[in-house]
Order: sequence, then structure tokens, then C-alpha cells
Amino acid sequence: MSRYLLDKFLYTVDRDPSLVERYREDPAGTVAWWEETQANRILNCCAGESSTWLAFDDVERDALASHDYVKLFELGAHPFLTLTLFIGMFERDHGPLEFQKEYARRLAHFSLPYPDIST
Amino acid sequence: MAELVAVIASTHHPFYYRASTATGADRPGFADEWVRKVEAFRETLSRARPDVLVMVGSDHFHQLWLDNMPQFLVGKAPFYDANFYNEEREFGLPRMLLKGQEDLSAYVLREGLDAGFDLAFSNELRIDHSITCPIITLRPQNDLPIVPVYTNIFAPPLPQPKRFVQLGRTIRQLVEAWPSSQRVAVIGTGHLSLELGGPRQFGPHGPDPEFDRKAVDWIAGGDIEKCLGEVTLESLHLPGNATHGFMDFMLMMGVAGEGQRADYVDTYDLFHTMEAYFTWYPGGAW
Repeated sequence: MSRYLLDKFLYTVDRDPSLVERYREDPAGTVAWWEETQANRILNCCAGESSTWLAFDDVERDALASHDYVKLFELGAHPFLTLTLFIGMFERDHGPLEFQKEYARRLAHFSLPYPDIST
Repeated sequence: MAELVAVIASTHHPFYYRASTATGADRPGFADEWVRKVEAFRETLSRARPDVLVMVGSDHFHQLWLDNMPQFLVGKAPFYDANFYNEEREFGLPRMLLKGQEDLSAYVLREGLDAGFDLAFSNELRIDHSITCPIITLRPQNDLPIVPVYTNIFAPPLPQPKRFVQLGRTIRQLVEAWPSSQRVAVIGTGHLSLELGGPRQFGPHGPDPEFDRKAVDWIAGGDIEKCLGEVTLESLHLPGNATHGFMDFMLMMGVAGEGQRADYVDTYDLFHTMEAYFTWYPGGAW
């Protein structure tokens, strides 16, 4: 379990318009590229001082690669990051608030306490 | 000494800008009443004639991140660029530039540290909609310098609710002791019940109207002790998974003072969340 890395993926993709489009169009390829080249990049640090130990487990990698926001919620990814990025990718394909309400419906089987989001 | 001329607490709904500027078929049915309420709320700040705004808000994972997350941070810069790409994308918020009040920032940092708060600081803070929304609603001419104060209501582990109240009390003490003749307003934004990215999001009302009713009563009555008696980090999950933003309202109750009834209270029940607006005049109502 690397909840921090899940969040790091969502955070770094959501803030970059080109990555948002790339992840929308090619989720598996984007996740593979990101894990290979970006996962160990320390934000706000020069590239030569990267980390060495960060990697997804198979469940996390599959959830990201399949745009499975229900699984991401279950894994404890920060729900604000997940929602914001997925709205950025898919709201355009739906009518007003349709995507957001469908998102909620697909999570309806969750009850309190929700998965822990601490990292 | 500086004069604390107004204490203002508000929600910060990022859709207000788009709703209030929309025309024709794009203008939602609730926009006109929302604008009316916001303009009435705006007047509560205008009549206090502030010179500087201390603004409490929270970064939404725009600049602050899990590799280095401060619990409380004071901006100390001559200017603040504002709003981010994904806020422009989702809410239609404009890019903005706000002027800073560096003297007051430096004073709050030095004295706040000495008062027991290990405040982080930033000389290049870019602010997001938690602070730009109240500028848009309360001071759209954007003509006053600000001191931004960011809190972590977002990335666990979070400070306890009482810590927010304590910081609010300290901010008030510092503002009132600031050796200046300026008129200071403290403005902070938070949430009532709110769910983001969970099964209760984007309903016809906020996810917990009963919590909202109690929360509005606590804030309006300045009932800090009762609020602290019912609210914990754990309990704030119950009204909605983003309801920890309510602790910024608790901070503002700390600024206003125990038992201080708000001089102005208004609410507006929208889809997804309830809007709430409060103003106190420490020197007496105008």
C-alpha cells in the first residue's frame, strides 16, 4: 500500500493540463510512464536528488490504469484529489452535474467510517 | 494601536463567480437571490472601512503538499498571485493578483511564534479560492492589501479543533496590539457540512442539514464552548467527509470571542452545501 504515491499521482496529473489529457486518453500508458519516470521525483527538488523507493502495488496500479475511482476511494486516495481530477477529465462528456451525481451513486455502497485517507 | 473593525466568517463557494456573471440561459435560477445576499453581506465589510484584510483560508492541494505540509502558515509577500489552473478549469475563476501587507505579516509571524504557534511562512504563496472567493464576494474591487493565513483542514493528521479557536484568539490579540493606526478586518472562510468525492456529494442540500443548523447557531451566538463540546476531529467525518473545513469557522469564532453574538447572520441553502455569512463588529454595530 502506497497511499502517498496514489495521491502524488493524482496531484501531479491534475495540476498539468497536458497530463490530464494524456491520462484521459491513455490511462494504462500514462500510469506506466509516470511510475517509471515521475514517482520518485521529489517535488520542489532538483531531478538529481530523486527518491529511490516509491512504487505502486498491483491493486493501486490497476485502479489508476482503469480509471476506477470507486477503487481509489476504497484504497483511501484523497477524495478531493480524485474528484477534482476525474471531473477535469470526464465532466465534459456529461450534462450539468450528471457526472458528479453518477460518481456519488457508484460510491453508494460505502458507509461510515469511510476508508482512512491519512498518508 | 490598530483597530479591529470587523470580523467576518463565510463559506467560499467557488461557483459564485460563474453563477453571478452568467447571463441568459446559462444563468441558474438561484443566482439572483445569491447575488442579493452576497451584496448585502458585502456592505457589512464596506461600512467598516478597513485598510487591511487578514484572510484565513486553506490551500486545496494547490501549492502545499504532503511532502511538506504546514498546519498553520502565514504569507509574507508583497504580492500574491491567485487561483490555479484547475480552478479556472472547473469554476471559471479568473487569475488574480492581490497586494500584500508585509509589515503585518512579519508582525503576526514574530509575535505568533512567541505566543506559542510554530507558524510556517511563505515568501511566494500563491493563494486559491478559499481566499479569492471572499475577495470576489466581499471586496470585488480588490483594492486592499492582505495577510493570508492558511490552515490545514485537509490532510490528516490535522490540529485539534481547540487549536483553531486558540489561533483565532491569538490573531485577535496580535491585530489589536499591532502598533499601527490602520483599520483591520479579519475574514475567514470555511465549510458547513460538505462531502467531496464521496457517496453523499452533490445532493439537493448539504449532506447534513441538522449539523448545518447547529453550526449556524454556534457561530451566530459565539458559542465556542458548546461547539467544542460537540465537535471533534472524529465527529466531523459524520456530517460529510470535507466538513473539517468547519474548523476555520471555529477559528473565526475565536477571533470574534466567546459569547459574542454576530451582528449579521445570513444563510442560503443551495444544492450540495449551505452558504453562511456572519459579521461581528468588535467596536459595536454600525
